[in-house]
Amino acid sequence: MMEQIITCINCPVGCRMTVTLSDAGDVLSVSGNTCPRGEKYARQECTLPERVITAVIPAEGSATPLSVKTKQPVPKKMIFDVMEELRKVHVSPPVQIGQVIIHNVLNTGSDIVATRNLDITDR
Amino acid sequence: MKMNTDVLIIGAGVVGCSVARELSRFDCGVMVLDRGNDIAEGATKANSGIVHAGYDAVSGSRKAHYNVAGARLFPALCEALGVPYRRAGALVIAFSDEDKETLVRLMERGNTNGVEGLRILSREEALQLEPNLNPDIVAALDVPTSGIVSPYELAFALADDAAVNGVEFRFNEAVESVRFEDQRYWVRTAGNEYCCRVLINCAGASSAFIHNQLTGEALKTIHRRGQYYLLDRSASAVFSRTIFQCPSVMGKGVLVSPTVHGNLLLGPTAEDIPDPLDTATTREGLDDILKKAARTWPALSTRANITNFSGIRAHLESDDFMVGPVQDCPGAFEAAGIESPGLSSAPAIGLDLATQAADYLQAPRKKELKPYPVPPKPFNQMNDEERKAAWQADPDYGTVICRCEVVTEAEIRAAIRRPVGARTIDGVKRRTRAGMGRCQGGFCMPRVAAILSEELHIGLKDVVKDGIGSYILDSAIDAEAERNA
Amino acid sequence: MNHEQIDIVIIGAGPAGLSAAIAARESGIESILVLERESEPGGILRQCIHNGFGLHRFKEELTGPEYAWRDIQRVRELEIRVECNATVLSVSEQRIVSYVSRREGFRSVQAKAVILAMGCRERPRGALCTPGTRCAGIYSAGTAQRFVNLEGYMPGKRVVILGSGDIGLIMARRMKLQGAEVLACVEIMPYSSGLNRNIVQCLQDYDIPLYLEHTVTNIRGRNRVEGVTVSKVDSRRNPIPGTEINFDCDTLLLSCGLIPENELSLGAGVGISPVTSGAYVNESFETSVEGIFACGNVLHVHDLVDFVSAESFLAGQAAAEFVRGKKPPATGLIQIKDGAGVRGTVPQAIRRGCEKDVDLMFRPSDVFRNSAVVIRDGDKVLLEKKAMIFTPGEMVSVRVKADQLKNLSTDELTVSIERKS
Repeated sequence: MMEQIITCINCPVGCRMTVTLSDAGDVLSVSGNTCPRGEKYARQECTLPERVITAVIPAEGSATPLSVKTKQPVPKKMIFDVMEELRKVHVSPPVQIGQVIIHNVLNTGSDIVATRNLDITDR
Repeated sequence: MKMNTDVLIIGAGVVGCSVARELSRFDCGVMVLDRGNDIAEGATKANSGIVHAGYDAVSGSRKAHYNVAGARLFPALCEALGVPYRRAGALVIAFSDEDKETLVRLMERGNTNGVEGLRILSREEALQLEPNLNPDIVAALDVPTSGIVSPYELAFALADDAAVNGVEFRFNEAVESVRFEDQRYWVRTAGNEYCCRVLINCAGASSAFIHNQLTGEALKTIHRRGQYYLLDRSASAVFSRTIFQCPSVMGKGVLVSPTVHGNLLLGPTAEDIPDPLDTATTREGLDDILKKAARTWPALSTRANITNFSGIRAHLESDDFMVGPVQDCPGAFEAAGIESPGLSSAPAIGLDLATQAADYLQAPRKKELKPYPVPPKPFNQMNDEERKAAWQADPDYGTVICRCEVVTEAEIRAAIRRPVGARTIDGVKRRTRAGMGRCQGGFCMPRVAAILSEELHIGLKDVVKDGIGSYILDSAIDAEAERNA
Repeated sequence: MNHEQIDIVIIGAGPAGLSAAIAARESGIESILVLERESEPGGILRQCIHNGFGLHRFKEELTGPEYAWRDIQRVRELEIRVECNATVLSVSEQRIVSYVSRREGFRSVQAKAVILAMGCRERPRGALCTPGTRCAGIYSAGTAQRFVNLEGYMPGKRVVILGSGDIGLIMARRMKLQGAEVLACVEIMPYSSGLNRNIVQCLQDYDIPLYLEHTVTNIRGRNRVEGVTVSKVDSRRNPIPGTEINFDCDTLLLSCGLIPENELSLGAGVGISPVTSGAYVNESFETSVEGIFACGNVLHVHDLVDFVSAESFLAGQAAAEFVRGKKPPATGLIQIKDGAGVRGTVPQAIRRGCEKDVDLMFRPSDVFRNSAVVIRDGDKVLLEKKAMIFTPGEMVSVRVKADQLKNLSTDELTVSIERKS
C-alpha cells in the first residue's frame, strides 16, 4: 500500500488530496477533496496521468513554425517520446488548422494536429 | 595581420571620436582601435550626459580649461551633426550656511573660469523655477549655460563624420602592448600588429595602462564607477533643469536631471573598484542613489524606472586631465584621466590633440572635405506632412518597429547603413532609440534582430546584443539539427 | 483637413478588438476599421500555443491560435475591414485616429467612436531595479515566447524564471519541452499568482522547483548571462542577507507583471486609474472621453480570454449604440469603490438609469479562504457571494442586477471581501 499527495487542478481552491493505492497500483481511497471532480481527477492522476502536449515544429518555407497539439491527452510518461516524434516531422505550407500531422502518435490513440494555418506566403 | 598607418587612436569613445573627426580634416591616414564592438562602449554610453558650464573644475586646471572651451563648442557642433543637445540650465542647491558659502565659492570659481550668467538665487526664486525641489533648500546657484546632450549619439556622429573623411574604425581590438621602435609605435592586439608614426591614447578607463606602456613613470588610475537610474518620460516633467547637490564633507552628492530625450536621470554613485570593466549595478549603489536623490526630490518614486546602468571613469591622483604630448615619447599624445567634465571637454580636447598630431606629422589641411551625412529627422519628431512624404519616398517608414519610441524600419535600416553603422541590438538602440522606451525592447527586439540579420547577412542566431559573445538566441528549433545532434 | 469618416475605429485585432468588432457589426454598424500593428490578427494569442482557452466560452479547451481563429473567421465572414501592419500613432479627444501602415503610409481618420483594445506590455527588468550586469539573455517571458513560438528559436539552454504568474509557468514548460534545462521558478510572494493547473503541469510535471518568497538579487555575466543570485525575502519583500543561492544559467525570464498599454489613451485625455493602470469606465465601457471605449487587457489585466471576449463584446455593442445616438439619460453616476480586500473594480462607475445587469470585476488583494464578496450600498449590504477561496491570481466577477441598481439609496457601492466562518 502506498500514499500519493495530489493537488487538484480543477479550481483555484487546489484541494490537497491524499490517494491510497494498493501495491498493484489500484486506487483504494481518495480523501481531502471537497467535490466529486477532485476525486475523479485524483483517480486519473494516480493511475494514468495524461496531458495534452502543445509545441511548435519548424516548417520549411515558412518563417513561422507550425504550432501543434495532441488532439487527445496522452500518457504523461510519454511526453518526451512524443516530442521526439515531432522532431522527425517535416511540414511546409500550406497547412490548415486541424490538419493531422501525425496519425495516432506512438499508438496513444491521439493524433497530432495543426493549431494554426500556415499560408504559402507566410513570412 | 600587420597594418601601417600615420595615426593610430586608441579608444573610440567621445574623446577618441572627437580627435578622429578633427584629424580627418588633415591629409594623413587615421585608424581608431577600440576594445569594444561599437563606438562609445565605455564611459561614453554611461554618464550623466551633462555639458557642464565649468564652475566645478579648479581654476587653472586642464579640466577647467577644456570644460569651458569644449562647452562653448557644443551648440554649433551638435547643430551641425544633428545631435540632440539642449541648454537646459542647472541649479546647485544649498541646504545650510556652509552650502551657501560653497555656492559663492563655486560662483567665483566659475567667473574666474569664464562661465557666464552665474547667479545666486534665493530659496523662493529657486522654488519658483523648480517647484518640485525640496522646500528645505536655503539657496541655489543658477547656471544658465549648463546643457544636456546625448553623449553616445555625439560619438556616433563624430565617428561617421570621421569615417566619410577617411578614418578607419576597427573594433574588438583591445590593445595588449605598445612599444616604440625605429621612430614608430608598434601596437599589438590579440590578432594584429599596428605600426604608426603618431599614437593618440584616448583609452578612457584604460588610458593609464596605455600610458604606462610608453613611459617609465607609472600613472596610477582609480577606476571610479557611477551607477544610475533612468526614469520613463512620464517622470520628466519633475524638473526642467539639471539639479546638482552641493559638494560637501558628505561627498559629491547625486544629480537629478532631465535627459535630452525627455527621460529623468538619477545618480551617479562614485565607487572605486578594481576592475575597469565591471559595469554591474549593485543593491548598495542603487539604494545609495535613492537616499541621496530624495534630498533633491522628496517625492522621489522609482515607479517609473525603466533601467539602471553604470559606467567607469578614470580618475588620476592629480585629479586633473592629462592632455597633450606624452613626456619623452615623440609622436605620442594622450587624453588620460578623462572623468567629468570629460564629455563637455571632448570637442576641445579633440581639436587640441588633432592639431598637435597634425603639426608633428606636418600634415597639411585637406582642401576638400566630404560632407557629413546628416541623419534624417526622426519619424517621432515629424509632423503629419513630413510623415506622409517620408513614406512616399521610402515605404519602410510605414512600419513602426519600436512602438514605445515610435521608430520605423526605415530609420533602423538607415542606422545600420551609416558610415560607422550599427551591427548589434544595442547599436541600433543607441542610434535610433528603438528599445529605450517603456517596454525596454520587449516588443521590438525580435524585430530589430530580424532586420540586423537581413542587413548584415547573418543568421538570427548570430545577432548579438552588444559585445562579441552576447548572443540573443541559442539555437533554432530545427528538426534536422536535432536529429544530427 | 479632410479625414475619411469611419463609424467605429478599433485599435488592436487581438481577442478584445475582434470581439468588439464582431459585436459592433452584429449590432448593425457597417463602417468599422480595425487597426492591427502585427502582420496578422490574433494579438497575443498567436504566440500562446498552449491550451486552456475557451473553456467557458466554447466549452472546449483550445490553444490560443485556435481560439483566435474562431473570431478571425467570424470577422472575415462579416467582412469587417482589418488593416494589419498598421500602427496607431495618436488618438485625439475628438476621435481623430492617426496611423501609419506600410500599405497606406500616414493616414488620419475621423471616428464617431473609438474602441481601445491595445492589450498590455510586460514589466521590464528596469522596473524591478534588479542589480547586476546588463548582458544578453534577459528576456521578458513574452519576448521569449515570441522567439520560441513565432520565430522558432530557443533563447537559451539553462533557464531561471523570475515570477510565477501564468506566463512564467507556461514558459517554464515551454522551454523544458523544447530541450532547455529549467533550473527554478522564483516568486517573491508567499503564493503563486498562477493557476494551480499550471503549477502542476508546468513545474511539478517537470520537477522544476518553485522558490516562494524569493527573488533575484543579482545578475552575472559579461556578454551573456552566466548566473543569477536568488535570495529569500522577508515580509516586506526585502532580501534577507545570508540566504543567497547561486544558479548557473544562461537565461533569465521575467514574468513580473503586465501593464496595460495606455500611451495612446493618455494622448486622448482618457482618465487612467492608478490602481488598474487602465481607463476609468462606466458600465458601457465608455471612458472619461465621450465616444472612446476600452476593453480587454488595456482596461484591466485579465486571466481568462473568455472574459476578455465577453467584456469586449459588450463594449462593441455599447459603441454601436453610441454611434446610433442612443444614450441613457444623464441622471448621475453610481461610484464603485474598492473596499477591504479588493483591488481595481471595473467598471468604476455605473450610470443611473442603466437598464441592464452589470458585472463588477476585480482582483482580491490577498488570498482569502472561507470568505464572501460583500457589496454595500452605503452601509446596507446589497449582495453577498461566498467562495471557498479568493486569490489575486483569479479575477472575480459579481453580477449586480438591474433592479438592484434601480433601488439604491446612496451614490456609492463598495466592494469588499470579508471573512465568514
